Amino acid sequence: MSEQETTVGKRVLRKEDFRLITGEGSYTDDINLPNQTYAYFVRSPMARAGIKGIDLRKALQSEGVVDILTGQQLAEDGLGALPCGWMVLSADGSEMKQPAHPVLANDKVNYVGEPLAIVLAESKRQAKDAAELVEVDYEELPVLTNAREAAVSDIQLYDEIPGNRSFNWELGEKEATDKVFESADHIVSMDIYNNRLIPNAMEPRAAIGDYSRGNQDYTLYTTSQNPHVARLVLTAFVQIAPEHKLRVIAPDVGGGFGSKIYVYSEETACLWAASKIARPVKWTADRSESFLTDAHGRDHHTHGELALSADGTFEGLRIKTIANVGAYLSLFASAVPTYLYGTLLAGQYKTPNVYVEVDSIFTNTAPVDAYRGAGRPEATYILERLVEKAARSLSMDPSEIRRKNFIQPEDFPYQTPVALEYDIGNYEASLDRAMEMAAVSDFDARRADSQARGKLRGLGYSCYIEACGIAPSKMVGELGAGVGLWESGEVRVNATGSVTVLTGAHSHGQGHETTFAQIVADRFGIDIDDVEVVHGDTGRMDMGMGTYGSRSLAVGGSALDRASDKIIAKGLKIAAHLLGVSEEEIEFKAPEFKVKNSNAAKTFQEIAFAAYVPHDYPDDLEPGLAEKAFYDPQNFTYPAGCYICEVEIDPATGVTSIEKFTAVDDFGKIINPMIVEGQVHGGLVQGIGQAMLENCVYDENGQLLSGSYMDYCMPRADDFPNFDVDLTETACTHNPLGVKGCGEAGAIGSPPAVINAITDALGILDMDMPATPYKIWQIISAQEGQ
Amino acid sequence: MYAFNYHKPATLEQAKSLYADCEDPYFIAGGHTLLPTMKQRLVSPTDLIDLAGIEDLVGISIDGDELVIGAMTTHGEVAASSMVADFSSGLAQLAAKIGDTQVRYRGTIGGSVANNDPSADYPAGLLGSGATIVTDQRQIAADDFFVDLFETALQEGEMIRSVRFPGVSRSAYQKFDNPASRYAIVGVFVSEGNGEVRVAVTGAGASVFRNSDMEQALAGDFSASALNSINVLPDEFNSDLHASPAYRAALVKEMAKRAVASIQ
Amino acid sequence: MSIAIALTVNGKPVSAEVSPDTLLVDFIRDNLNLTGTHVGCDTSQCGACTVHLDGNAIKSCTMLAVQADGSKVVTIEGIGDRDNLHPMQAAFRQCHGLQCGFCTPGMIMSAIDLVNHSDDLTNASIRKGLEGNICRCTGYQNIVKAVETAAKEMEA
Repeated sequence: MSEQETTVGKRVLRKEDFRLITGEGSYTDDINLPNQTYAYFVRSPMARAGIKGIDLRKALQSEGVVDILTGQQLAEDGLGALPCGWMVLSADGSEMKQPAHPVLANDKVNYVGEPLAIVLAESKRQAKDAAELVEVDYEELPVLTNAREAAVSDIQLYDEIPGNRSFNWELGEKEATDKVFESADHIVSMDIYNNRLIPNAMEPRAAIGDYSRGNQDYTLYTTSQNPHVARLVLTAFVQIAPEHKLRVIAPDVGGGFGSKIYVYSEETACLWAASKIARPVKWTADRSESFLTDAHGRDHHTHGELALSADGTFEGLRIKTIANVGAYLSLFASAVPTYLYGTLLAGQYKTPNVYVEVDSIFTNTAPVDAYRGAGRPEATYILERLVEKAARSLSMDPSEIRRKNFIQPEDFPYQTPVALEYDIGNYEASLDRAMEMAAVSDFDARRADSQARGKLRGLGYSCYIEACGIAPSKMVGELGAGVGLWESGEVRVNATGSVTVLTGAHSHGQGHETTFAQIVADRFGIDIDDVEVVHGDTGRMDMGMGTYGSRSLAVGGSALDRASDKIIAKGLKIAAHLLGVSEEEIEFKAPEFKVKNSNAAKTFQEIAFAAYVPHDYPDDLEPGLAEKAFYDPQNFTYPAGCYICEVEIDPATGVTSIEKFTAVDDFGKIINPMIVEGQVHGGLVQGIGQAMLENCVYDENGQLLSGSYMDYCMPRADDFPNFDVDLTETACTHNPLGVKGCGEAGAIGSPPAVINAITDALGILDMDMPATPYKIWQIISAQEGQ
Repeated sequence: MYAFNYHKPATLEQAKSLYADCEDPYFIAGGHTLLPTMKQRLVSPTDLIDLAGIEDLVGISIDGDELVIGAMTTHGEVAASSMVADFSSGLAQLAAKIGDTQVRYRGTIGGSVANNDPSADYPAGLLGSGATIVTDQRQIAADDFFVDLFETALQEGEMIRSVRFPGVSRSAYQKFDNPASRYAIVGVFVSEGNGEVRVAVTGAGASVFRNSDMEQALAGDFSASALNSINVLPDEFNSDLHASPAYRAALVKEMAKRAVASIQ
Repeated sequence: MSIAIALTVNGKPVSAEVSPDTLLVDFIRDNLNLTGTHVGCDTSQCGACTVHLDGNAIKSCTMLAVQADGSKVVTIEGIGDRDNLHPMQAAFRQCHGLQCGFCTPGMIMSAIDLVNHSDDLTNASIRKGLEGNICRCTGYQNIVKAVETAAKEMEA
């Protein structure tokens, strides 16, 4: 047979596209089950209140109502609370504190939108009508929304949590770092607020719970990035059903960005309610509900200080952060401002002393959890703002101060002062390439031209590093996390030689159906169309951890590579048997198993067929050709890059236009550059959106002011120009594919580049995100008033 | 949405008589304000009377020296009309800046004007052009029509049939978008003709208003620089997440200057 | 109250009795089971529900089914299938103009309207023309590229 052209590294068009461009995708809300009921949630209109009573009488009589279930019934059924999966220990060794997170609030509500009853009716409208008739007697309580204020407030939100503090976590050597600051030539400091964001995947969350009484089988269709994790949480923690009796299906999912990692009240309640009424229960969020109850992102108050020698060498970094975690600890919430934040603060630099302290504070706001980047954008933002400020304070070129402090290629593997060991990188390569693409050398002329037109032009850098492939069990175990995240994969060679690939990762835009197929097709030398990737169903793939933290390729892809190894190993045995030689005499050169130094060979398809027609098999050769592998990474992967943003500001209105945005990333080996570019584009718009447009605002009573697209500013097509993106490559040293991960880099690296450019244009050292026209106009007005 | 009854009369008379007979009726034109409001359950009409079936409410024509736009004419039709563009460049610019493409295919001039949203564009176009609102009962000058926040001179059950725009020698509209909703944070419509200059401002206050200081300055010297010395007072201007009264005041001046500069 | 309506959807006549409060998008999704048209917001902003009504792109979440009586509606399912893609569908695939796919049907319907109703499309005018559709995944760059690509194809 002719040799199949390899696909890895090529712009292979996506296999999943056909159904999505023709309207044949199947998202959760597209699914309807016979005899289904519709759920609507009664939600708290108050940010904090005692529940003195719930009167359901009127609502139960409303037309079409099947039942209304409350937190009390849930408690009577013995269901558990929604857990946080990551243990974090405070500096004093004590375990993090957390209030019980009830599926439906029973005696107290703690944020606006918190659900306290589920109304089940024959139609959506009937459920909503009845929900309006539920009478709740609230006793209003004082509210805290700002974490900095909550950290020092006399108001204590939970009796068992003094100071409203979940934990006080630290990393790095405090004494050594403090000492450096005592003798430093220069100290640059800054207070920043990393603005709170609302994820806004375009598909609102949805769920259908189903229950068969005869078998006591449960099925949950839900908008999840990790159906297996949902199964684990719902069974082991919430205890709705035994793990082997629950099937979780996450069909096509319309974007996640972190917000669909967590197991929320709504899908939990739908599944439980289905078992109560023995009918399917369907719920789809309105966008307004998404705004109120999807886990939000960021919301850090940080004081950062950088100590430098006279020549601009970084000597120490000291960071104190107050992280708002909202009203409850969501599933990953404690990991975000700790393991995914503090560990990244060394950045691309050889700063010898780094110390970080994080207070995690409860407030009467929606839970805050991982949102695209999760901790790494916050780390990158404070660090790259400090570095830029240091350059300006010392009158150094911002590229030169970075270059001077970079970890050099020969320094790898490099142990940072904050736990991580970077395996490989070349930071000057991406800086050089980005500066060339951004035509930095001509910037002064462009600035002069802007000035002549009455405009302000600025240039900003950001050299980011991030950690993907969450999470090496050993490493995070040593940090105290109590969990570790492997991935599993199965490669099932069918009798005809086509291949079904099953993965515990979940694709909701990332294109795994294509890239994972590329990896496996190339291993076997078969056509990518002969490989089908299956994901998102615990009934088809038995184990998995899901997709977040840009882990799918590095961890899930590596698992598939390992499973492919096992297929080939088995194929060697089958080929040896068929060709009548010893196994050692067979080699696999895709797509053939051949006898070394001979023309005798069997194709992959012949081996597959023989695996299922085991005539004359020796006793030690098992029929079949399907292999499974678990992959637990040895280390995180460390994508890094350099982003350069150039802006022009209209001083009359405060409007900033991005004139040029250059992104150069090192993601290691690339499976599909087309998909990688798409991930970068999307990440950049989310990051630049944070820097310029998006802002979640609560008022002092805990009411969400930015609760719809009328006030929460989503980036639109005309907000930003085309970006210039390119790649450099240092292959990851510790996974078989040499890959790192590309899903979040854009959102991690871009915010400081934008703000550094805007502050450069304005001739100031500091301003907070989002840099809206209004905020910029205020700064310019104040300057003019001076 | 709560349940309601729906009617689609073929004539104005039928519409009026239905309105008189229903308990809590609303007229629906393009529905791009009313339907979202109903979806949020903020209003609950017993009956919707759809004006889309009444033919003589749609269309753009020249009548004498006036441009006449039927109440049910969509923003998209106005934006695409060469008749409008020739007659009033400002009006054509304005219509093209309302909402987005899909909204412009459905939203109507009558609906927008009757609603008098403080951040809608059309009120500035009407007031800034010195237009006349023709109802089923009378003719109302734009100067008398826009009363206050979501309030107009329309009586209960009174319907807009058309809007008549007098010819002006030049006009322009400049809008500063709310970055999230794309409604006007500030929109300024400037026209000159018939012996007067008009400067109408939307988005800044509770309802559209004219700025007489600017009008006087421009009457003497129709140039952007004539507005340099104008001090726009932010008193009683709107304040929200996206703009303070002072910022709105600055934008009013800047948008006015840009509008004038584009046609001076 | 329910009202009889008759319209054409994707070239086929459809008649039904609907409650007046049925939104056109719910009629399309629930009554006709054409689930390619999506609902992404409740404030008429996101454009995921965009369909063609008598040749123009409209937001089917901001229109009652009864208002569409007598009209011609075309949804994503009506413009092409896998074996016979509309040039815009093909361009979205070719240019990687979609990721999660949720906004994609509405985006494609808007993009077709944009090309049908404008000449001399530029990067900036395409971006402006798509302001009524929000995408959270792609950063829009490859969507713009897809529209540029399809526009050439559609003119040819």
